[in-house]
Amino acid sequence: MKVVNEHGLHARPATEFVRLASTFNADVQVSKSDVPVDGKSIASMLTLNAPCGTELRIRARGADAGRAVEELARLVASGFTRYAD
Amino acid sequence: MEIKKGIGVSPGVAICQAVVLDAEEYRIPQRHVSPMRIEGEQTRLDAALARSHEELVQLRDRAGQRLGAETAAIFDFHIALLNDKILLGKIRGIIRDDSVTAEFAVATVLREYAKEFLEMPEYLADRVKDVYDIEKRILRHLIGQSRESLTRLREDVVVLAHDLTPSQTASLDRRHIRGLATDAGGRTSHTAIVARALGIPAVVGLNDVTSRVSAGDIAIIDGNRGVVILNPDEATIAQHRQYVERFRQFEHSLDELRDLPTVTLDGHEIALLGNIEFPSEAATVIEKGGDGIGLYRTEFLYLGQEIKPTEEDHYRAYCEVIEVMGDRPVVIRTLDLGADKYTQQRALVPERNPFLGCRSIRFCFQNLPLFKTQLRAILRASLKGNVSVMFPLISNVMEVRQAKMIMRDVQEDLEEEGVEVRGDVPVGIMVEVPSAALMCERLVKVVDFFSIGTNDLIQYTLAVDRSNERVAPLFTGAHPAVLRLIKEVIRAGQRHDVGVSLCGEMGSQPEFALLLIGMGLRSISVAPPAIPEVKKLVRSITLERARKVARTVIGYDNDKQIVSYLRNQLREVMPEFF
Repeated sequence: MKVVNEHGLHARPATEFVRLASTFNADVQVSKSDVPVDGKSIASMLTLNAPCGTELRIRARGADAGRAVEELARLVASGFTRYAD
Repeated sequence: MEIKKGIGVSPGVAICQAVVLDAEEYRIPQRHVSPMRIEGEQTRLDAALARSHEELVQLRDRAGQRLGAETAAIFDFHIALLNDKILLGKIRGIIRDDSVTAEFAVATVLREYAKEFLEMPEYLADRVKDVYDIEKRILRHLIGQSRESLTRLREDVVVLAHDLTPSQTASLDRRHIRGLATDAGGRTSHTAIVARALGIPAVVGLNDVTSRVSAGDIAIIDGNRGVVILNPDEATIAQHRQYVERFRQFEHSLDELRDLPTVTLDGHEIALLGNIEFPSEAATVIEKGGDGIGLYRTEFLYLGQEIKPTEEDHYRAYCEVIEVMGDRPVVIRTLDLGADKYTQQRALVPERNPFLGCRSIRFCFQNLPLFKTQLRAILRASLKGNVSVMFPLISNVMEVRQAKMIMRDVQEDLEEEGVEVRGDVPVGIMVEVPSAALMCERLVKVVDFFSIGTNDLIQYTLAVDRSNERVAPLFTGAHPAVLRLIKEVIRAGQRHDVGVSLCGEMGSQPEFALLLIGMGLRSISVAPPAIPEVKKLVRSITLERARKVARTVIGYDNDKQIVSYLRNQLREVMPEFF
């Protein structure tokens, strides 16, 4: 799925992503090319380097994996509109 | 085991655990810890993280209230980093796998991330600031714990630092510090002065000892040979324990001299006084057999304090010393502030050349209320004993006249207020600026005594920064130019019947004391622990021999030969010193 907000996955949206991801039991992995990073680690998420338009893949494994992917996807798709970017 | 050579500036030998300070007053994030300490480091890390977390939550909430959601969000980011399991895992991993301190692990991991971020587009590169900020925060909590422990130690340690400022030494726990070693500094650096006053060994000018040592290492500080040994092996420790014992015996033998007079073999008396920085040292001067106080440094009232001392603070400090000394002379030197944190921090623009700048008496002239406060306290205290006033860094006759005039004003003020003062307090000057030494014939007419401040006199005459380890070998009182100036000053005093004393570090070295007495000096003021040694020297020589030494020295044209000759002479008169 695509990162749509203007400035990309910078600190604030990344923080929000990690916050949300951490509420789930499932392991969350996010990848840009083929290398996945831990979606619950802010430092790792930042190293993804995902400006506006980047294609990201979100994968989850565990009990609430389905819900995790759904809500995280919604967050990204909404452009993290909680913030005035 | 590593052996580092520096300059021994205070005698003695100490074998202790090392505590390391860096230039910012924090312990350096030093590398290795023994495997037993790894768990302790993890615990320290957790504690620091918890405290940092608390702080950040508070900051975020406050920011949210006052500055809005956006600013608060930055703290959310910091908090997220602090909770980042991968990041923390890396830090803990390094502590465990490399046996290092928490500080080092934190710094390593965070800086790695910072480097990564720097390679990214701007919107992420900006976050490097945040990474450094978090590093600082965590380190502050890690190291802050250690800093407190330096003011309240439970075991004997030696302190290794890049350099030690007066403020730092003022707050060290003196009961447990057994030795000092610094990267920077020379024979008359503050470290040297404090170590001698405390009677503990010190080595300076080691250049990079702080980067070679880890907190907790055992270190041998040999102030006699000017050597620091890190993590010594068993054999070396045993050998140095012998040195410690031998030195202690030598010191004991000196203690027996305490009540004996400082008089040469052929009956000539030398006044042997003490240099003190804190009132508590006055008792030490008497304990060691001194005849009085030749230099009472008064800067301590200002350094290491947050608030300015009042006239009462001054008065109390002076009375404390005078009471201990009874009717023995006490020479109080007015503020010699400058070229240090106090004046540099308070200046709008720090001076580029503090040693040549607004320090000392010049600073006092530009801060009359401060100067007068001190003078008032000195004049009031003078009633209680044998007090003299001494002005530092005098470079011309006008300064003497001005200072005396201000003193008269203060005296008149006090008299008008009905406060009793002594009207005849002797006024002298430190001769430490070359211009004063060269003009001593004129200055001698407007003062009651001279005291030669060789530390600064050598520095200014030879153009060598006394605290700069790179030129430390050039700093020596044996330079013929310095000796010539000293000789002039002593002669001027003799010709006009004005007392001449010497309070620089040079006087405490027996080989130089021998020479100075031969040059006509009859009064020396040294750090209290050095009193017995100098007394022993005086009692081991005749004036005739000292004069011969002085005459011979004139024939040499360089300091190396002079020092060599003096040491040989010393070996003859005081063989047990070696």
